Amino acid sequence: MSDVLKVENLTHNFGPKKALDNVNVTLGKGRVLGLIGENGAGKTTLIKHILGLYQPGQGSVRVFGLDPVQEPAKVLGRIGYLAEEDWLPNWMRVAELQRYYQGFYPGWNQEYAEQLRTTFAIDRRSKISELSKGQRARVGLMAALAYRPELLLLDEPSSGLDPIVRREILSSIVRAVADDNRTVLFSSHLLSEVEMVADEIAMIRNGEILFCDTLDGIKEAHTRVILCFEQGREAPPAIDGAFGWEGSGREWSCLYAGGPGSLVAAASLLGAEVAERQWLSLDEIFVARSIEEAAHA
Amino acid sequence: MQPEDQSPALRMRVSQAAGTPIYLQIANQIKYMIASGRLRPGEELPPIRVLAERLLINPNTVARAYRELEVERVVEKRSTNGTYVSENGSPLAKDEQRRILTDQVDGLLVQARQFKVTTPDVIDLVQRRDAVLREGDPTSEVIL
Repeated sequence: MSDVLKVENLTHNFGPKKALDNVNVTLGKGRVLGLIGENGAGKTTLIKHILGLYQPGQGSVRVFGLDPVQEPAKVLGRIGYLAEEDWLPNWMRVAELQRYYQGFYPGWNQEYAEQLRTTFAIDRRSKISELSKGQRARVGLMAALAYRPELLLLDEPSSGLDPIVRREILSSIVRAVADDNRTVLFSSHLLSEVEMVADEIAMIRNGEILFCDTLDGIKEAHTRVILCFEQGREAPPAIDGAFGWEGSGREWSCLYAGGPGSLVAAASLLGAEVAERQWLSLDEIFVARSIEEAAHA
Repeated sequence: MQPEDQSPALRMRVSQAAGTPIYLQIANQIKYMIASGRLRPGEELPPIRVLAERLLINPNTVARAYRELEVERVVEKRSTNGTYVSENGSPLAKDEQRRILTDQVDGLLVQARQFKVTTPDVIDLVQRRDAVLREGDPTSEVIL
């Protein structure tokens, strides 16, 4: 049992609206989970459950094997959290913020904090209220990293930031995993970044987890397939798991969710051969699945 | 032994846009670098951590690429952590060389067809160029 995070059958209602519906997510040590989904899908609600800010309606949340609602001090001391909207105290200077955090977190490493501050080119005398959005994000990241938390929770860390700051954030994620084998959960709508950095993906839609798997697994299970039929056809065929048909005559392409074997079998029944299988980017998979789910909703 | 930050492998690029899984992009580029001689037998590949930080990708992805290459015997693990290009030129590097040559021959044949030059004439040209290169004056022109 070395799962850093285990969410089981978690349901959360905001009044009549189901914000989370029977959510299951497991994250092992040293892994990076990218949480993707449209705005309002439930990403932040899930992150707040992991932080112990919400009491589960049904189901359970375990972080390091502990209940974050029951034992907040033990859990939060081991989590580094960067929120989309920062909560930095505006009236402090950067150096004061460091001292303030040192009091909070026994594991605060001032040497490392200073190293991060220098890398991010932040003046320790700057007043937080006078920092730019990018600099505030850097200070938030410094605060989230400096006590070397075992689990990093980043809620839309790149949102609204310029490419340089986004790079620094991604680089911090990579270093946290590469150097210290720490675990990371980050939510993002920039799927190109998620695809570069995550090794597991959970896609959430209307509070439900649509899929939660390794990135490689998701990519192997979603491909664009080009079928070549013996005879030309007017309309696309019906194949389980195939959607987004395009084409005419003998050649038709579709997006296919499923293993290659069953598709070859289904195609041959229809008098077709698989001419080509193409990889899809996570972005294309996300769009395709969203359209597909909306059509079935 | 090259210093850690000098390996040609650190100059590779990856992109998610094409859809090809990133571990495959890395494995393919390393094979290409071996086939084209940029990486030599016995040369050490960058440590996983270093390549991951350089490319801004998950270290587990680099590890998977190295594992695939190891299974195909393109690279080998030595001692504790280092990964090295296999000494005895792996069969896969040879396949890769053939693939690169095939691509170039295809390009040549397509070009020749557009110029309405026949395949026997192309072969003749290849042989004459070979003779010229052997004699050591690669700049002299051969007239078709």
